[in-house]
Amino acid sequence: MFMFEKAVVGSRRYWLWILGLFAVIGVGFLNYLRQLEVGLAITGLNRDVTWGLYIAQFTFLVGVAASAVMVVLPYYLHDWKVFSRVTILGEFLAISAVTMCMLFIFVDMGQPHRVMNVILHPTPHSIMFWDMVSLSGYLILNAVIALVTLSAERKGVAPPNWIKPVILLSIPWAISIHTVTAFLYNGLPGRSFWLTAILAPRFLASAFAAGPSLLILFCMLLRKLTWFDAGREPIRRLAVIVTYAMIVNVFFVLMEVFTVFYSGIPEHKLHFEYLFVGLDGHNSLVPWMWTSVILAVAALVLLIVPRWRRNDRILAVTCVIVFLSLWIDKGIGLIVGGFVPSPLGAITEYAPTLPEIAITLGVWAVGALIITVFYKITLSVRESLA
Amino acid sequence: MSMDRKSFLKITGCAVAGAIAGGKLGGLVAGAEDAEYLPAPGALTARRWGMVVDTRKCRKQEGCKDCIRACHQAHNVPQIPDKTREVKWIWKEKFEHAFPSQETEYPNEELHGRQVLLLCNHCDDPPCVRVCPTQATWKREADGIVMMDWHRCIGCRYCIAACPYGSRSFNWGDPRPYIPKVRADYPTRTKGVVEKCTFCEERLARGEMPACVEACPEKALVFGDLADPNSEVRRLLRTEYTLRRKPELGTRPEVFYIL
Repeated sequence: MFMFEKAVVGSRRYWLWILGLFAVIGVGFLNYLRQLEVGLAITGLNRDVTWGLYIAQFTFLVGVAASAVMVVLPYYLHDWKVFSRVTILGEFLAISAVTMCMLFIFVDMGQPHRVMNVILHPTPHSIMFWDMVSLSGYLILNAVIALVTLSAERKGVAPPNWIKPVILLSIPWAISIHTVTAFLYNGLPGRSFWLTAILAPRFLASAFAAGPSLLILFCMLLRKLTWFDAGREPIRRLAVIVTYAMIVNVFFVLMEVFTVFYSGIPEHKLHFEYLFVGLDGHNSLVPWMWTSVILAVAALVLLIVPRWRRNDRILAVTCVIVFLSLWIDKGIGLIVGGFVPSPLGAITEYAPTLPEIAITLGVWAVGALIITVFYKITLSVRESLA
Repeated sequence: MSMDRKSFLKITGCAVAGAIAGGKLGGLVAGAEDAEYLPAPGALTARRWGMVVDTRKCRKQEGCKDCIRACHQAHNVPQIPDKTREVKWIWKEKFEHAFPSQETEYPNEELHGRQVLLLCNHCDDPPCVRVCPTQATWKREADGIVMMDWHRCIGCRYCIAACPYGSRSFNWGDPRPYIPKVRADYPTRTKGVVEKCTFCEERLARGEMPACVEACPEKALVFGDLADPNSEVRRLLRTEYTLRRKPELGTRPEVFYIL
């Protein structure tokens, strides 16, 4: 198939990495087979916390997927030529992230073999239906754009004209996937933690910090491991994007904190209290949440001071910090925090089980494999041109 | 209410169907669907089923679980020992959990800690139905019962997140080993699907009152047609002070409580 022959030639190190990923995927798959047999009872989920690690990863990764727009928009709309070498990396990151999103939804289903019911009985009043539409549309858009532009690059010609409107469409589409994902949560009458209009903007802000951070790390990694150098300028510009997005994200979180605590409405307050101080001695997420806060503050300082932001070594650390902070916030706190306390006031804690973690790592490994293969293809194409 | 979501969807849906198929075919399809919902002869019917729970009568029998037992036996509800993973269609909860906004820091001795019977509220505007991506749960047009199709449910648990009353249970594992005595006249469920009270739609179809209503020794559960001004439920709503759970959410529960 399309340029995949380039993914099957590589160094020893490349193959060891691929093998390692397959091992993680294999372990995840075996655990998933067990989940198919036993049911979701093998997870740590319960009556009160009915969504956990899987759905939280899905939510976080929708953001990573949407963040591709942060390279696509400046490059195609504002003609930022410096992003010419990294735009496709963002698009492949989006493809990998959306694939992981779909897998996380799939592994979370109680009856996965009935998945086609969503298409057989399309239900426009369900946000989940629109999430399926927006995610699959986004996957197709990015796959088409990335493959068409890359094959044009290989042939040394300009991409065909018809791809321009497709690229332009992908920009609002990226915003839509994370907005619809926020709507999954903030349209539910009994779940006060999510019942906030700032959720979608907050999702987008955190996404535009976490995604480009990952992209910066990938550029640095490629520079270290391969001949490919994205250049200093794209990394610097991405760092500015991360800075603004992180500031906006923290600002949005503080707005939420003000609204919740100044109004003092218990239903809204209790979730924050559970996450940050614990309720009735139940406090397993408290250390995680404070870690996220401290990392966020540290990241802001390291990003805002220009000297530190422009230092590649420090920036690499900062990007890891941003990513971790937002992963804890969205990949753990946001989903579980919405379920504790329950609508009946019950405080039931949730912790993922080992099989659940193995399945989660397996899905992440699938994402890493997709990224690796596509980046390998991209680099091989460019190497043959150089 | 001027136009709610459902009538909007219905109108737009009809318009689309009409545009595609033409008026004649659309009419035929609609006619065929109506026919499926004709009640069997002898069935109990109503335009809007509802229930009034008189907790004063209910608490006369302390620790009584007759209604819960009757319901769970009638519907092959598994008795799962792990309380965090249990399946329940009807259960008792403390007053302050059932009505969180009614609780003050100066508890009323009468009410505080009183066991209140909870079940699916069969809301007039059910959030669970709104979110279900496969219409595996839906509100029945004819009588307002919020139904469940266990064979269509994909187990995404979105309805559980949407229900503000904790009325829905998920089968985390295979429920069958936990059913004390399987009844052949009612389906068992499989792992990975959501289930809940259906106001005993299968009993109503046979002309019987819901199992919980029939089992109550104090006649504390009154079941009837909310659309009929002369029904017993309407008489109680007229003469007694009743509460609904979380009325501020706009779901319009059709289960009312006398405290």
